[in-house]
Amino acid sequence: MVLQSAYLAVILALASAAVSLGANRFPALLKSFAFPLLGLSGFAAVGAGLGALVTATTSVARLPFGLPWLPWEVRIDPLAGFFLLLIGVVVVAVALYGPGYVREFQHERHPVAALGAFTGLFVAAMQLVVMADDAFLFMVAWELMSLASYFLVAFQHENAANRRAAFLYLLMAQIGGLAILLSYGVLATFAGSFAFEAMRHAHVPLLWSAVAFGLALFGFGMKAGLVPLHAWLPEAHPVAPSHISALMSGVMLKVAVYGFIRVTFDLIGTVQVSWGVIVLLVGSASALLGVLYAMQQSDLKRLLAYSSIENVGIIFIALGLSLVFLGAGQPLLASLGLIAALYHSLNHSLFKSLLFLGAGAVIQQTHEHSIEHMGGLLKRLPYTGIFFLIGCISIASLPPFNGFVSEWLTLQTALQGVVLQSGVLRIIIPVAAAMLALTGALAAMVFVKVYGVAFLGQPRTRRSRHARMPDIGMRAAQALLALLCLVLGVLPNLAINLMAAIPRTLRHLPEPGATAHGWLWLTPVAPQVASYSAPLVLLGLALAWLLSYLFLHGRRNRSIRRVPAWDCGFGPLSPRMQYTGAAFSMPIRRIFQPVWKVDERIERVTDDKGLRLTGLRHQLQIGDVSWSVLYEPIGRWVLIAARRVALLQSGNIRTYLAYSFFTLLFLLWLIT
Amino acid sequence: MADYLNPQGWLLALLQTLLFVAAAPLLVGWIRLLKATLQNRRAASPLQPYRDLIKLFGKEPVVADTASVIFRAAPYVVFSTTVVTAAVIPLIAVNLPTAAIADVIVLVGFLALARFFLALAGMDVGTAFGGMGASREMTISSLGEPAMLMAIFTLTMTAQSTNIAHAIDFMLSSGFVLRPSFMFALFGMLLVAVAETGRIPVDNPTTHLELTMLHEAMILEYSGRHLALMEWAAQLKLMIYGVLIVNVFLPWGIATRLTPQALLLGLVTVLVKLMALAVVLAVAETGLAKMRLFRAPEFLNLAFLLALLGMLSHVILEVGA
Amino acid sequence: MNITHFTLQEQAILIIAALVLFSSFSLLAQTRIISSIHAFAWQGALVAAATALVAFVANQHHLYISALLTLALKAILIPWILHRLVVKLEIAREVETVVHPALVMLGAAVLVAFSYYVALPVEKLSLLATRNTIAISMSVVLLGMLMMVTRRQAVTQVVGFMSMENGLFFAAVVSTHGMPMVVELGVAFDVLVATVIFGVFFFQIRESIESLDVDRLNRLAETDESAAVAEADVAGESE
Repeated sequence: MVLQSAYLAVILALASAAVSLGANRFPALLKSFAFPLLGLSGFAAVGAGLGALVTATTSVARLPFGLPWLPWEVRIDPLAGFFLLLIGVVVVAVALYGPGYVREFQHERHPVAALGAFTGLFVAAMQLVVMADDAFLFMVAWELMSLASYFLVAFQHENAANRRAAFLYLLMAQIGGLAILLSYGVLATFAGSFAFEAMRHAHVPLLWSAVAFGLALFGFGMKAGLVPLHAWLPEAHPVAPSHISALMSGVMLKVAVYGFIRVTFDLIGTVQVSWGVIVLLVGSASALLGVLYAMQQSDLKRLLAYSSIENVGIIFIALGLSLVFLGAGQPLLASLGLIAALYHSLNHSLFKSLLFLGAGAVIQQTHEHSIEHMGGLLKRLPYTGIFFLIGCISIASLPPFNGFVSEWLTLQTALQGVVLQSGVLRIIIPVAAAMLALTGALAAMVFVKVYGVAFLGQPRTRRSRHARMPDIGMRAAQALLALLCLVLGVLPNLAINLMAAIPRTLRHLPEPGATAHGWLWLTPVAPQVASYSAPLVLLGLALAWLLSYLFLHGRRNRSIRRVPAWDCGFGPLSPRMQYTGAAFSMPIRRIFQPVWKVDERIERVTDDKGLRLTGLRHQLQIGDVSWSVLYEPIGRWVLIAARRVALLQSGNIRTYLAYSFFTLLFLLWLIT
Repeated sequence: MADYLNPQGWLLALLQTLLFVAAAPLLVGWIRLLKATLQNRRAASPLQPYRDLIKLFGKEPVVADTASVIFRAAPYVVFSTTVVTAAVIPLIAVNLPTAAIADVIVLVGFLALARFFLALAGMDVGTAFGGMGASREMTISSLGEPAMLMAIFTLTMTAQSTNIAHAIDFMLSSGFVLRPSFMFALFGMLLVAVAETGRIPVDNPTTHLELTMLHEAMILEYSGRHLALMEWAAQLKLMIYGVLIVNVFLPWGIATRLTPQALLLGLVTVLVKLMALAVVLAVAETGLAKMRLFRAPEFLNLAFLLALLGMLSHVILEVGA
Repeated sequence: MNITHFTLQEQAILIIAALVLFSSFSLLAQTRIISSIHAFAWQGALVAAATALVAFVANQHHLYISALLTLALKAILIPWILHRLVVKLEIAREVETVVHPALVMLGAAVLVAFSYYVALPVEKLSLLATRNTIAISMSVVLLGMLMMVTRRQAVTQVVGFMSMENGLFFAAVVSTHGMPMVVELGVAFDVLVATVIFGVFFFQIRESIESLDVDRLNRLAETDESAAVAEADVAGESE
C-alpha cells in the first residue's frame, strides 16, 4: 500500500512534467492538468508517508530498472515516510499556488513548458531520493534533482546575474554530489555492494567510517547550505520563481538533511562523540551567521534564503546533540535530539514555504524585490499579510506556533548535557545552546524588520501603493501552510507521536517519552524536568484577551478616533520619514561588524558651486565574507593549477597522439 | 503536574494571577517613591500608577489613520501574553497546576512574543520614532537572550529542571548552600532584567527625549485604553522579572502547602523580598547614569560573561573531577 | 566531588575562588590603567581572604601570616606603588584600546575551559576539599598571561604579570595548603622588589621612547623594515 502510493506519487509527478511539455502551445494545460497532477502527486506522497509512519513498518521492493547487476532497490521506512510526507505537503501547497503565479510568466511569453516539466522532474527526483535503498538509485535521483533544479534556477536566464547564480549552483551541487558519491564508495568498499542493506551490516574500520562521515557531512552539508559551504544558496534560491524557491528552501534542503541522517545514523554503524561535536559547532556557526547575514539583506527572497541557512543550522545543532548523546551511550536523549531535528525540518519546510509563497505574491503584485520599496502591504494584501505574519511568528520561534516547539525541544535536549561524563562537553553544549538562543532572538529581530518594513507603515513606492490581492489559489496555498503551522504549534504531540517510530526503526533507539502524559502535555525527558502544554497556553491567551477586551468594552461602547499621526507640527508625515530596513538593522551591523564585508558610503550632493548641500546619498553593500576568505582563494588556486595543466595543450596533433599512445601502453602494463 | 485536575489548585492559581496583575502597578509606585525620596524630591503616593491607569482607561483612544489592525491588536496581545506569563510564575505558592503549563524557556518565549508585537506596533504607524524604538529594543533584547538562557542553564544544571516550581522545590529541599554558580547567575540575571525591563542604565523609563528612549519610543503613538494596557504590561514585566529573581534565588518563605497560614506567610515574604529588591533597584538607578546605546552591548556582554562564569564554575568547582 | 558534601566554610572558599576568577576577567576588561590597578588590588584582597579561610578550615596557622602578607603586599602596597607611579607618569586617565575586546573575552572563557581540561588529572591526585580550585588558579595564571599579550601599555603588562603571580600563589594555597614559609616570604619579597624595579624601568623606557606603549619597542629591532616602519610612525606623529 505504502509502496504503491509512493510509486503513484512519482508517476504523477512525471506525468505532470510530461503534460507541461505542451504548455507553450496550449497554455491551459498547465492550469488544468499539470498543476492538478502535481497536487495529486503531493497527496499520494502524503498518503505514502502517513502510511509508513502510522503503521511503523518498512516496505522493501526491487524495481526492474537500472543495470543488470545493479537493480534499483526501494525501501520506505518511517524516516523515508516522514520526508515523503514533508515533500508531499509542500508540493500540494505549491500546486495550489502555481496556476495563479505562473500566469504572469505566460503573459510575458516565458517558456512555461520548461518550467512545468522541470518542476515535475524535480519533485519526482526528490521523492525518489527519499525512497532509494541503494547508492546507485540514490545518486541517479540526487543528480536528477540537482539538474532539474538547475534549470529552474536558470529559468529567467535573460538576466546575467541569474545565469551566474545558476552556474555557481550547478558547480557546487556537482562538487557536493562527488563527495556523497565518494562517501558511498567508501562504505560500498567494505560492504561489497552498493545496496544500503549491505552497508548497514558491513563492518567499517573506524578511520574509514570517519572518512565516510566527513565526506557525507561535506556533500550533504553543501546541499543543505551549511556555513561555509553555503555560497550558492543565497544566490540560487532568490532567482528561481517563488514557488520553486519554496520547494528548494522548504524541501530540497530537507532532502539533504535526510541524506545526512540516512548515512550517519543508519548506514555508518558506530558513531563517535567527536563527530557530534563537529556537527554541533558547524550547526551553531551556520545558525548564527545565517541569521546575521539575513539581518542585513534588503532583497526579500535573498533574506529568506539566508534565513534558511540559519534554520538548517538549527537542525544540525539538534542532529549534533543527537550524535553526541549517541556516541556517549545515551540512546534516549539521542532519540530526543533526532526528534527535535526532524520536527524542526518539518516546521521549517512549512513556514519557509509559506514565507516564500507570500514573498512571491508580494513580488508579483508590486514588482519590487527589495523590502525598502514596499511598505503598507498589510492593508492592500490583507490575507497574504496575515498569513505572512503567521510565518514570521513561526520562524521567529515564538509560542504558540510550531517553530517554538522544535526550538524548545532542541534546548531541552541540550539541557540534558549535564548527564554527560566529560566536563568539556558539559561546557561546550551550553555555549552552543546560548548561540541558539541568540540566533532565535536575532531571527525575531529579522522578521520584525521584514514585516515592519514591508507590510506595516506607509507604502514607500507607487507600485506598492497599487498592489492588489493575489488570486484565490495563491491565498489558499498560504492559508493551508499557515494553518499547519498553527496546528503543529498547538498540538505538537500529534506530530511527535507520528514521529516516534522513526528512532526505533532507524537504530533501535528507545522512543522518547515526550508524549507519555497525554495529548495535552509535551514532556521531553520527564514531567518534573520540563513540561509545556500548548493547548492550555493558547486557552490562557484567549482567556486573558477576552477578559481584557470585555473589561474595556463592556461598560460603554466607546469609539476610536482616527486622526493623522502627530507630525510635531512640521507638516504631514511622508513615507520617506519611516525607518528603513537598513536603519533598523544598523545597531546589529555595528555590534557584529567583523562578520560582514560592509561597504557603506555616504555621498554629499551639493549644488553646482559646491557650496550648498542639496542631498545625501547613502550606499550600503553587504558582502559575504566567505567569498574573500574561502572561495576567491580557491578560485585562484584552481586557475593557477589549470594554467599548469594547460601546458599539456600544445596544439600539436602529434603530441596528443603521443599522449594517447603512452596512456595505452600504461593501461596495457596495468592489465598484465 | 499530577494534580492538574484539582479545582482548588486552579482557583488558587487564578487568584494568584489576579493578585500578580493587580500588584504590578504598586511595585512601580513603590520604586518611584523610593527614587523620589533618594533624590530629595517630594514623592507621589505609591498608588499613583493606579490612578494613571484609571485615567487612561477612561479616555478615548486616538489612532493614527496610517495604523493597521496590528496596531490595535498589539496592546491586547502584549497584555494577555504578559498575563499568561505571570500566571505561570509561582508568586506566593509553589505546586499550583499552572506551573506545569510552561517552563522557564517558554516564559522567555512568551516575553519574546510580547516584544515581537510591541516592536511591530512601533513600526505600524510609520513614524521615525516607532521604527527607532523597535530597532533598539530588538537589538538589546537579542543580546540579552543568550545571557538569560545561560543563567537559566546554570540553574537547571543544578536543579535538573527548567520548571520553575520544581527548581524552587529543589532550592528549598537542598537547604542553604553557597553556590558560586548561583551567585554569578543571579548577577547575570539582574543585569538582563534591568536591560529587558527598560531601566537605567540601559533605558530610562521616564524620558521622552528622542535620543535616549527605547521602550517609550515604541508606544509613543498609543493613547487611551491602548496605552493603559501597554503601560500595565510593562509594569507586569518588571514584576515578573522581580518575582522570578527573588523566588528562584531566595525562595524561602514561599508556601509549599496550600494552608491559609502558609499562604499568608508566602504573601508577606514575597512582598518583603520585592520591596527589598526595589530598594536595590532604586539605589542603582539613582547612582547610575543612562548609557548611550552602543554601551549597552558591553553591559549585556558582562551579563553573558557572568552567566558563563556561573556555568563554568558549576562545572569546575561544584561538580569537579 | 559535589558541593553539597562541603561545609559552609569550604563553600565560601569556592565562592571566593570564583570571585578571583571573575576579578581576572575584569582585569582583562578594564581599559583604564587606574581601574585595572584597582581590579588587581581587589584580586589581591580576594586571594588573601581565601588564604585566611583555608587557614581557618585546615587549621594551618602559618597560612594566616601568608594571608596577612598577601593582603599587605598585593592588595595595598603594590597597588599603591603602581598607583603613585601612574600618577607621576601622568597616564592615570589614559584609555587603552584593546583590539576586539569581545573576542579576547571569548578567548579567556575558552582558556578557562582548557585549564579545567588540563587540571583534571592533577585534581585527581589531590585529596583536599579545595582541589577543584586548581583549575581556577591555573586559569588566573593563563588569563594574566593573556592580558600581557593583549595589552600595549607597560603598566598594564606589569599588572598582568602580578596577577599571574596571584594565580600561582592561589594554586599553592588551595592545592597543598601553601608553600613553606621561607619560600613564600622570598617570593613576596621578590615581587615587591620587582615592582620597584619595574617602576624604575618605566621611567627609563619613557625617557628613551617617550611612551609606555610596548609596541614602540619594535623599533629597537635592527632590521631595516622595522626601522622604516618606526620612521614612518615618527613621521606620522610629527604631522
